[in-house]
Amino acid sequence: MILLLLGLGACVLAAVAASLPRRYRVPVSVSLGGIGCALAFSAAMRVLVTGTVESFHTTKLMPMIGLSLSLDPLGALFILASSFVGFAACIYCIGYAKGELRSRTAMSLLMIFILTLIAVPVASSIVSLMFCWELMALSSMLLILTDQLHSREARSAALWYGVMTQLGAASILFGLLLLTVHGGGQTFADIKSHSLALSSTVRSFAFVLALLGFASKAGAVPLHVWLPKAHPEAPSPVSALMSSSMVAMGVYGIIRVGADLLHGGTVWWWVAVAALGAVSALYGALHATTSTDIKRLLAYSTIDILGLVLIGVGAAGALYDTGHPGIAELAMMAALLLVVAHAGFKGALFLGAGAIERSTGTRDLDQLGGLIHAMPVTAALFAASACSIMAVPTLSGFSSEWLLLQGLLHGFVDRSTPTLIIMLLGVVALALTGGLTAVAFVKAFGIGFLGQPRSLGAANALDVAPSMKLAMALLVLPSIVIGVVPGLLIPLVSRAARIGLATSVASPVAHGSGLVLSRFRGTIEPALLLAGLVLVLATVWFVNQRLAQRSARRVDAWGCGRDLQTPRMQYTATSFAEPLQRVFADVLRPQSDVEVTHVAESQYYEQSLMYQNRVSDVLEQHGYRPMIDAALRIGRSARRLQNGSIHRYLAFGFVALLVILVVLA
Amino acid sequence: MKHARRSRSLSAFRSLLSKPVTDGLEDRPPTVDGVHLRGSLQLRHVDAGSCNGCEAEITSALGPNYDAGQFGARLVASPRHADGLLVTGVVTHNMMGPLQQTLAALPRPSVIVACGDCAVNGGIFKGALGVAATLDEVVTPDVLIPGCPPHPTQIVQALRTLTGR
Amino acid sequence: MIAAVSNAFSVLATLLQVVLVALLGPLLIGFMAKTKARAEGRVGAPIVQPLRDLRKLLSKERLHARHSSVVLPLAPMVIFAATTVAIAISPLVTTHPLLGSSADILVIVYLLLTGSVAAALAGLDAGTAFGGMGASRAMTIGALAEPALLVAVIALSIQSGTSNLPSIIATTMTHPNWVSGPSRLLALVALVIVVIAETGRLPVDNPSTHLELTMIHEAMILEYAGPELALVTLGASMRLALLFSLIANLFFPWGIATSGSFVGLALGAVVLVGKTAVVALGISLIEIRSAKLRLFRLPELLAGGFVLSVLAVITGLVTR
Repeated sequence: MILLLLGLGACVLAAVAASLPRRYRVPVSVSLGGIGCALAFSAAMRVLVTGTVESFHTTKLMPMIGLSLSLDPLGALFILASSFVGFAACIYCIGYAKGELRSRTAMSLLMIFILTLIAVPVASSIVSLMFCWELMALSSMLLILTDQLHSREARSAALWYGVMTQLGAASILFGLLLLTVHGGGQTFADIKSHSLALSSTVRSFAFVLALLGFASKAGAVPLHVWLPKAHPEAPSPVSALMSSSMVAMGVYGIIRVGADLLHGGTVWWWVAVAALGAVSALYGALHATTSTDIKRLLAYSTIDILGLVLIGVGAAGALYDTGHPGIAELAMMAALLLVVAHAGFKGALFLGAGAIERSTGTRDLDQLGGLIHAMPVTAALFAASACSIMAVPTLSGFSSEWLLLQGLLHGFVDRSTPTLIIMLLGVVALALTGGLTAVAFVKAFGIGFLGQPRSLGAANALDVAPSMKLAMALLVLPSIVIGVVPGLLIPLVSRAARIGLATSVASPVAHGSGLVLSRFRGTIEPALLLAGLVLVLATVWFVNQRLAQRSARRVDAWGCGRDLQTPRMQYTATSFAEPLQRVFADVLRPQSDVEVTHVAESQYYEQSLMYQNRVSDVLEQHGYRPMIDAALRIGRSARRLQNGSIHRYLAFGFVALLVILVVLA
Repeated sequence: MKHARRSRSLSAFRSLLSKPVTDGLEDRPPTVDGVHLRGSLQLRHVDAGSCNGCEAEITSALGPNYDAGQFGARLVASPRHADGLLVTGVVTHNMMGPLQQTLAALPRPSVIVACGDCAVNGGIFKGALGVAATLDEVVTPDVLIPGCPPHPTQIVQALRTLTGR
Repeated sequence: MIAAVSNAFSVLATLLQVVLVALLGPLLIGFMAKTKARAEGRVGAPIVQPLRDLRKLLSKERLHARHSSVVLPLAPMVIFAATTVAIAISPLVTTHPLLGSSADILVIVYLLLTGSVAAALAGLDAGTAFGGMGASRAMTIGALAEPALLVAVIALSIQSGTSNLPSIIATTMTHPNWVSGPSRLLALVALVIVVIAETGRLPVDNPSTHLELTMIHEAMILEYAGPELALVTLGASMRLALLFSLIANLFFPWGIATSGSFVGLALGAVVLVGKTAVVALGISLIEIRSAKLRLFRLPELLAGGFVLSVLAVITGLVTR
């Protein structure tokens, strides 16, 4: 625990160091933040390797009620991911922090944000959890407003984010408070020991309320609307942290409350979780394929991957409740491994998007292109992370998705209807999102980095600072390690999964460098696969070199004999995704406008034509906006009561008093 | 109508089992010097300004009656995939640029086949308005197929001199 | 000692498998072209014509588009490597290929996806309109065919209780009545639709079209010349051979070498050639009878395949 407390202390010092003069601000603050993350990482690693649980309680920081921290393997796994991404984000800031991000407020808020991402998984009482949770939400909301205080989109994003995260926090608070109805303490240990004594209605109510809040934070559809607004508008290191670690806190909360505190609950809870996950996965994947803003694409793909994680968690919970703890642990391990893998590659992708934005000045994929020549290292690291998220074998995305599919496949052994529904939903969702994710990331990498530049900004792109590339490389490392030797992480993930499921059955995944299922026939050895791929590639390259008399000749691209070939003739991101947009038009509901200006003399001739096609978030357009408009309409009609006449207001008071007296009588 | 449709599909399956016969199958002509395509020839057809008569004969030469495909020759869409060009027609002003771009897109070594009198020496359109040049003023052809239009057998024989089969 | 011998045997068997399938790919394509030619009443090019084309391409020069990057020459190598490794670990000639214990069917599916991704990136790297068009259409069809493929594969895995390929084949051989079961038949139809989509045959894509606007796979490789074109074409034909062999072995595995003898291996090779020829003939007959579908009619076909594979999963659960 000392290590972790030292780490938290270092982060606090880093936040304080943000008030140093501008020259020393970023180096000192970032170094202290990095030290804090490293200390937290080692603390988490120690707990995961030894399996011990460490606790800490103090009343010095919060008088009377006290601050309780408890580091167990489940929390340690999430801290592992957040501290690693935090460390990389700190290094990234060295090269990235210019302008507004260098200000005292922004740097200290960034350090506080990293602090909360380490603190939330260790909080072990309601007060400590809510304190850290609200601090996390507040700091990230203010960070969204950093760079673009004068940007309308940033203000709107911060507003949506603030409102939804507060509603979620309120929901979590009510849910958790319901669990203290028995009159015991508010620490997690107390709640856990008394939760079985509560009636099942109270427990279900509490779970549903907590689920609403945590699922909203994890970006589950339909409570996800803030995510594609907030993540693009934040500065890139903040986006990376939000997308890789903060959304994982939602998953942590669901596992902690549902599986740990409430001892698993009933099956239909987990059907709800898995259903939320399946819908999120499909929704996120579809919108990722049709997004042209690179950070919005990454935000939707976060919703997609976290949907898959929720499917895994739901499957695990349901299998545990129906008496298959071994397979339940397998599914939970897959979900947790996917969380860690996602933290790695999503962080790298967001840092890469930041590098693109810094170098070309735009986030719009339709304006990019040809960046691989200007930024080869960034392109290679972006490609590696994109391959990982597309589940290319021997990278981390594939290893975790394989494990998840194995969990679902072997979960079919249970024949009760709720589990069958979950397994079928999970398999269908995984199958449908696999191809869509590939489209989205081929688009992101292919249109963004390859081909010819589609705008002046892309044509004049410069390479970015080495610290930014180092940070990205650091985050690509987990993709490769988890991909090639996933067996190294399996014992750690297994200990974390057992906290949620409390089982004493032997681990379903045996020890080894690859993934070996111990009770079923199922193995993959990514290390050997990688060796095979490298061997064949080397052979082909060698043969190619021997066959080629001279190196390849550079010629103009073949454009079917056309005289004029401009970069504008290439496919853009919009055109790349257009077939899929047409196929799924009923779901995506694209809005198109055609504006025709006729020549003054005749209606038959057109002077100009403007065509606009927009794919906006379906649930926001058709769900939230009508609700907001209805609320505004009610507000406007209620304004008629406020006509300014003091006589009317006195009359209201008089009538209200009469009503109260009548009711009391 | 239904009877005709059924007999059409039956005939497709029947022809699967019977051996087809090609018209005008003569002995293999000698191979062009220096061309070692060894039984595989892919050509990109460029209409540099023809009346489409030669195109009709080329289509017939690749069709079931004369079937140049049995000797390993076929047309491809991209000059990058091709061993050479099959040019018909005299080179017009509008097609001068595209023809030169197609030539530039060919990987070396490449062959040029001039099909029809127009491609060989300008034919009946030589010196007319709209004609920029004859083919040999742009690039020297390796194989000439005279005729207006050339008979499909002549086209097949010319392709056989390149494939060597 | 026995382990060393069996290991050496595995290596030999795997090498044989890779070389056989690498040769089988172009031969199957030549066979399907010959079948189509005969149905049209033509003599048609000889079956070995694709091999002659590949040999000729090796001696031509390589051309790179001006704005292309390292992705253009790298993509054919990646496609070839992914397909070769997928062939090396699949049980095609023998049930004990080199990495047989990790020959998971999901690994094969995702290795094929890697190949598609590499081809699409190569198309985009060329910087032309056609490359982007081919990449966009190929990825769209891949995205719509992937669900049907994965769910059909899961249907097979549920029935055998594992997704390990040699185990699926072994359990099918011990339960012959499964082959005629409704779950397998539905999965077979779904997989045939997927294979037609993934290999770019009619009615999804016309492999011999000259109109760029109707191209899907061909449009991505318009910029390649010489040895790189040979590598891309070989990779595509090996992919076709692998998919045909998997269909043949998953639904009719008898004939595959199960023991460690050389005679069994030779027999397995011959039987594989025969089985894939039958599959190729079947798909040729489908091609002869159909015209290319409009691009936006393809989602209906692929969705139909998806529905069939979901039905295969459900019937498999019901009849277990």
